[in-house]
Amino acid sequence: MSVIALPREAPAARTTPRWLVLLARRRTTLVGATLMVAVVAIGLGAPLFAGSPTHMDVAARLTPPNRAHWFGTDDVGRDVFSRVIHGARLSVLVGAAVVVFSFVVGVLSGLFAGHYPRLDNPIMRVMDGLMAFPAIVLAIALMASLGPSVVNVIIAIGVVYSPRVARVVRGSVLVIRETAYVEAGRALGASDLTLMGRHILPNCLSPVIVQGSFVFAAAVLTEAALSFLGVGVPPYVPSWGNTLSEGRLYIQQAPWLVLYPGAAIMLTIFALNLFGDGLRDLLDPKIRGLQTERQRAT
Amino acid sequence: MKTYVVRRLLALIPVALVVATVAFVLIHLAPGDPASVIAGPYASAEDVQRLQHQLGLDQPLWIQLARWYGRLLRGDVGDSIFLRKPVLDAIADRVEPTLLLTVFATVVAVLIGVPAGIVSAHRHNTAADQTVMVLALVGISVPNFLLGLLLILFFSVQLGWFPVAGYSPLEYGWAKTLRSLVLPAFALGVVQSGLIARITRSAMLDVLREQFILAGRAKGLGEPALVYKHALKNAMIPTITIIGISFAILIGGAIVVETVFNIPGLGRLIISAVLRRDYPVIQGVVLCIAGVYMLINLAVDLSYPLFDPRVRYQ
Repeated sequence: MSVIALPREAPAARTTPRWLVLLARRRTTLVGATLMVAVVAIGLGAPLFAGSPTHMDVAARLTPPNRAHWFGTDDVGRDVFSRVIHGARLSVLVGAAVVVFSFVVGVLSGLFAGHYPRLDNPIMRVMDGLMAFPAIVLAIALMASLGPSVVNVIIAIGVVYSPRVARVVRGSVLVIRETAYVEAGRALGASDLTLMGRHILPNCLSPVIVQGSFVFAAAVLTEAALSFLGVGVPPYVPSWGNTLSEGRLYIQQAPWLVLYPGAAIMLTIFALNLFGDGLRDLLDPKIRGLQTERQRAT
Repeated sequence: MKTYVVRRLLALIPVALVVATVAFVLIHLAPGDPASVIAGPYASAEDVQRLQHQLGLDQPLWIQLARWYGRLLRGDVGDSIFLRKPVLDAIADRVEPTLLLTVFATVVAVLIGVPAGIVSAHRHNTAADQTVMVLALVGISVPNFLLGLLLILFFSVQLGWFPVAGYSPLEYGWAKTLRSLVLPAFALGVVQSGLIARITRSAMLDVLREQFILAGRAKGLGEPALVYKHALKNAMIPTITIIGISFAILIGGAIVVETVFNIPGLGRLIISAVLRRDYPVIQGVVLCIAGVYMLINLAVDLSYPLFDPRVRYQ
């Protein structure tokens, strides 16, 4: 009996993974990642950085930014700095929860739709139907039924963005399903679940991960819009959208009520977009190929 | 072409069915039953029961759903609980500002986004290109309602050039209407132009690499003719697609921005309906917007042969 000698596993030569090195090489992506980490850290450690966002100091209402209140105070004397910092916490929470929600729903339905031709039509028609609404309109309508609360905001935005994830996953599954290694797996008698979970899913994850940073950005934006419109999280919750919506009424006397939470939203979305663009160039080989082609062409 | 149009129209049916079902589900998702919501907090138990029977809410769910489809086919979305008039009338009263704002904003977005994308592609990897792309990314990152507030702060509060808020209906003259829509249209359009610029740029980059551009340059064609006549024509399809999608996205954006500028359009209608739990109005507005959204997407698809004769549908 002959034994085939398998090469021994190569020792880990590099300490930093290759994708991290590639990611760090692009300055804009690094800036985006740094800002993003900062927002998440500020959000998670909000109580460490700022006092209570609900404490009212009525005597000091609508005071401009000063040493005690860096970002000024609002119409009932709450500290805007503290509301912005705690707003980051809510945005990070909503963003992360929506990503998890839409990934679970989107990946599962995309995987099943792509893998089982019989399920493809029913699942994707439902997704098409959900995507026939402008995102914000569907979110408003769902909030009308669910009622204002943080959990409901997450559910509503999650429902809005799941079909977008599902579509991306299905597209990749349709391609990967036809590859030789999946066929080989099937020939070896692998079950559908093994095929989907161990062979197909890991290979269609990169576009999904890229999608993740955009879904995160969209969720932060949609939450702010819903709260701004008065149909998002309840008014007492410190949220950038809520603060903006209250500040709108005092825009002439107290522009800081709009400027600081506004800057926070912009910076967060900008960071996520920068990071997402970098991630896409890195992870999506198709687009990366196109780009190198483009560089060669010019 | 004809069969393609018919096929596309038929493909809309399942999507429309899902849309109608979502609108139906909305009222049943709500906590408490719809009849007690409609009757209000002070209604007696008998009143609620009578209303339940009247609305057919005591029937099995699938019968209610079938009736809902039937009513929609007849174009009946019901009456507003609060406004005491048919939902369609309420929508008709409010559609003018939203429609004008969306069109105006799309024009702004296209006028900024398409030239920016072209310049960026033509001067690929130069300072001009990088500036446009950074600006486009900033544009994508600013929520439209925030830009609206900033525009009010600068142009209305500081400079006093435009009204702080409000809408002047067409019957008082289009010039006033236009003036009242300048800031909201820019708030929406500038944000959207970022996306249009990015797509136009990558479409143009693809075309500028083609052999026929090289051939044109070799035979001595001037750069303007090359870029605007030959390249742009071939980059039209992705650009038209994104313009169509932009119009559809801007309908949703208009709904948000209307609140910033106190414009009495569909956005104010649906938000006040949400706050009053006026479900028929919510359903009506949502269905109406989804319908327009689907038709725009269809129109975009069908318009491809107009811009590129090589596209043939069979």
